[in-house]
Amino acid sequence: MLVSLNWLKNYVDIGTISPEALAEKITKSGIEVDGIEYVADKTENVVVGYVQSCEKHPNADKLNLCQVDVGDEILQIICGAPNVEQGQKVAVAKPGAVLPGNFKIKKVKLRGIESNGMICSLQELGIAEKYIPKDSADGIYVFPEAVTVGESVEPLLNLNDAILEFDLTPNRTDCLSMLGVAYEVAAILNQSVELPAPQLQTATEKAKDYITVNVEAKQWNPYYGVFVVKDVKVKPSPLWMSNYLMAAGIRPINNVVDITNYVLLEYGQPLHAYDNDKLQSGNIVVRRAKDNETIVTLDGEERTLSEEHVVITNGKEPIALAGVMGGLDTEVTDATENVLLEVAYFDSSVVRNAVKATGLRSESSTRFEKGIDPNRVREAGLRACELLEKYADATILTGVVEFDELDRNEKQVDMDTFEINKRLGTNLQATEIVQILQRLQFDFEQQDSQFKVYAPTRRGDISIFEDMLEEVARIYGYDNLPYTLPAGASQAGALSNRQLLIRNVKHLLEGIGLMESRTYTLTSEAAVDKWISPEVREKQYIPIELKLPMSEDHKYLRLSLLPELLRVISYNQARNQMDLAYYEMGSTFLTKEKELTEQPDERLRLSGALTGKWVDHPWQQEGKEVDFYVVKGILERLFDYLRITVSYEQIKLPEMHPGRTAVLKTKDKIIGFIGQVHPSLQREWDIKDTYVFDINMEEVFASYNHVHSYDPIPKYPSIARDIAFVLDEHVLAGDVKQTIEEIGAPLVKRVDVFDVYQGEHMEEGKKSVAFSLLYQHSEKTLTDEEIQVSYDKIIEAVKQSFNAYIRS
Amino acid sequence: MKDQLASIEREALNKIADAESMKELQEIKVAYLGKKGSLTSVLRGMGKLSKEERPVIGEFANRVRENITTSLDEKTESLEQMALEKQLEKETIDVTLPGRPIKVGGPHLLTKIIEEIEDLFIGMGFEVREGPEVETDFYNFESLNLPKNHPARDMQDTFFISKELLMRTQTSPVQARTMRAYGGDKPVKMISPGKVYRRDTDDATHSHQFTQIEGLYIDKNVRMSDLKGTLDTFAKKIYGKDREIRLRPSFFPFTEPSVEMDISCKVCDGKGCSVCKGSGWIEILGAGMVHPNVLSMAGYDPDVYSGFAFGMGPERIAMLKYGVNDIRQFYTNDIRFLKQYHKA
Repeated sequence: MLVSLNWLKNYVDIGTISPEALAEKITKSGIEVDGIEYVADKTENVVVGYVQSCEKHPNADKLNLCQVDVGDEILQIICGAPNVEQGQKVAVAKPGAVLPGNFKIKKVKLRGIESNGMICSLQELGIAEKYIPKDSADGIYVFPEAVTVGESVEPLLNLNDAILEFDLTPNRTDCLSMLGVAYEVAAILNQSVELPAPQLQTATEKAKDYITVNVEAKQWNPYYGVFVVKDVKVKPSPLWMSNYLMAAGIRPINNVVDITNYVLLEYGQPLHAYDNDKLQSGNIVVRRAKDNETIVTLDGEERTLSEEHVVITNGKEPIALAGVMGGLDTEVTDATENVLLEVAYFDSSVVRNAVKATGLRSESSTRFEKGIDPNRVREAGLRACELLEKYADATILTGVVEFDELDRNEKQVDMDTFEINKRLGTNLQATEIVQILQRLQFDFEQQDSQFKVYAPTRRGDISIFEDMLEEVARIYGYDNLPYTLPAGASQAGALSNRQLLIRNVKHLLEGIGLMESRTYTLTSEAAVDKWISPEVREKQYIPIELKLPMSEDHKYLRLSLLPELLRVISYNQARNQMDLAYYEMGSTFLTKEKELTEQPDERLRLSGALTGKWVDHPWQQEGKEVDFYVVKGILERLFDYLRITVSYEQIKLPEMHPGRTAVLKTKDKIIGFIGQVHPSLQREWDIKDTYVFDINMEEVFASYNHVHSYDPIPKYPSIARDIAFVLDEHVLAGDVKQTIEEIGAPLVKRVDVFDVYQGEHMEEGKKSVAFSLLYQHSEKTLTDEEIQVSYDKIIEAVKQSFNAYIRS
Repeated sequence: MKDQLASIEREALNKIADAESMKELQEIKVAYLGKKGSLTSVLRGMGKLSKEERPVIGEFANRVRENITTSLDEKTESLEQMALEKQLEKETIDVTLPGRPIKVGGPHLLTKIIEEIEDLFIGMGFEVREGPEVETDFYNFESLNLPKNHPARDMQDTFFISKELLMRTQTSPVQARTMRAYGGDKPVKMISPGKVYRRDTDDATHSHQFTQIEGLYIDKNVRMSDLKGTLDTFAKKIYGKDREIRLRPSFFPFTEPSVEMDISCKVCDGKGCSVCKGSGWIEILGAGMVHPNVLSMAGYDPDVYSGFAFGMGPERIAMLKYGVNDIRQFYTNDIRFLKQYHKA
């Protein structure tokens, strides 16, 4: 809503407050003022001039030589505008004037003849092109009516106006009218409001003799009224009205259209004018539209309607789509003489439906959609008629023909001073509340601390105590509320065990050197079925699709975090960032329903993607590319931290390197996977060798068991022994290790692989794997003999189980 | 004999002083103190001395031996010290060469901000609650006083999955879920950070996915001034203690009265600049007193219980605090962007 302060001053005295200070006050009281616009920069020395004579410039075809009376002198001015004529009253910038854009007017010579000033167009005076009436758009501005020669044009053309741009919240539709704004500003400034009081001359003819009104769709149209307006003279609007409309962002057209727009803005009440001579009947019938009924609206489009819409008809055909737009057949034109002026109250939902179906949103439909003031409907019609009488020389027939079942009652809200203070934390006296209610101009009854408030119908947003609480608080000033902290019983705030574990896992990974990423939950159709962990894949979940996605890239809810994570790798590598290590923790969305009727399972997963160098220290010849074992090392540390035993088993997965991928298992349950992205997908996704992991955090939470325990520090020394076995190359080191651990228990505390060799000096198809064993007893120092017995047993077992021999 | 001894001492001490290697010292030691050394052979002649002379000479000879030994020891130590110094000198490294790099990992900037806010509210007795990202129409809208056809639903463009299921547009449904979980007769004090989704085209200021932190406090006798005090504490902790806060009336369907909170602009200190669009204030969050309809729908009697709620956007906080000028930065995960925030 654009609020012209000059217009506003007609209803409320705003004193000498600056537009900026007023905007600040309004913002602090609840309506955000988004901006202040001045119609024009300050203009001086621009006055009304009378064109006494206008001749062709002797030396230039397109220029005119004018003698212009500006009151105290006659100025010779050369004007290039095609529309300048003798006898016009025009805006003259005298020498010394400064026009918007710091354009200084000086005496100049044009083609040998002196020009002492400039005759101005509205654009040159600073008015935005789009609001300028069409007939003034190409050329100088000509005053439409009697103005005094020599008078400053600044007030005449409203150039000194400041316009506040209100950013209204959906509840404050009352401020979609200048009168509503007047009440708001009056409450803020503690001023009174002066309302227009429309007065009509009495006509001999009665409206009801010309027209009848019959409303069938009562539920959606509780009030419908028409005024019969005869002998209208269509012409330009008065200057002040054009000025206000332009300030409000509406282009003036002619007096009849302008008056309906003016009253729309002043009262917030949409009006519609029909050409009564085109109505073809004396009946107005308001009814629900029929399915597939059509109407050609004012914009020339044929609209197909349905039963969800309400139409105004002439008894047979629709002449308007209620609250949205009139029909072309009954349009008011320059030739119109007799007008039927409609004022109505349409239900917001029926207008919203029509707007949705037609895509026609206008100043009128917006107001109906948001709800209008039932007490201003008829009043607005009277106001429009008064203006038509005055500015369109019309005769208004006596009476309004109407259907009226409109509820105009004010809502009652009870409130109590004690309760207000209890809720706000204030210490207001009843007398202060009285003052606030008076400033708001709300009717009320008071009994000591108790109030019964009659919320005016213009404020449709007020219906309960809390609404009044806000009114009291905002007029009292949010700034004036005290600062307190909650006084209720305090409780210990803390993260839950799960939240704490999540944080700790993240911090662990970050400490290791992984960067957290946050990717989009929504992914593309092509990516949604990729890199899904086998335990998820086997359940055959169905990807969830959005009904109306914004883009193909973000259309499905993810089943894995990896596709978007790999996009991050690709994005960075395209920018020459090659060494990357990311992790992300986030939800995946699992359902087996084709058409979702229940919320999907949201399961937390932890995924990572690593590529490039893990260690990069070239001058000391130290470097390490990310490989399977770098990533596995990270996971081993993670599961060691979580005290979860995990085994790794080779697996083939569709998007993974067939030889470099493993599933993670705990207690025979798959909880994720690790490995290298399949080289052909690496090419497709434009990424270098990348290793990923993906872990089902829900399974981790289920297996994690936080225990506080103490393992005594060993008192007796440990003894290390090494063994190297020659094994068939397909034998897994992990299996051998497991055998050693089983046979060596309980004396062998730890088994580590310290060398793997295959190649020269080694039989074809064989490899050597060396293990270091750590012997220790908690209660004594082990003897060589005790160790040897165990050692021999281990060697024997490995030899037998794996067809191995000791490497000599 | 005494003269002989004195001359040996002089000679030995001179040689020791001149010695330049351990080997020379060893030779000197053998030459004077060894079995066949000159001092030893002189002392062998002691037997020829008179009874009176013997102890005098004996004592003198001992002193000579001691002096030579001490001098040898000192010289040994000094030579060793010199050798060590020489050795260490050789071991000198170029301290300007770069160290072995440590891999930099860390939280995403949004996580950092969310955790900071979580910790602040945990300190004030709040718990952290989470809720589903795929929500029901009921929890996302209706339970928050946004019935179907409510005009304020236009304020939010929603990704629907089915008629009743959608990507949550706000973290506020967690309010309603938490209140229901508490059963209508216990205080609730929670915050809820999480991802939310809107049907927006991604550009510098819009993202179809972003994060929010919702806060809720329900108890008997919760006052609007408590909201003001709580938000003030929050703003001063997150934005700095010299920030001023300003509350303005606003509108949200789930609160009444509703509040928009601004903080004084840090860039211009409230004087007005391009960051705050000349107003001196920057919009930070929305809040208000929980609407009685929301309370009663969640099983709390609005005549007995009252409360406040607030919601804020970590992206916005990050953009203001660090000057990040494109919201997409949070989701492209450019490593050069993320690394910037792992410095003290």
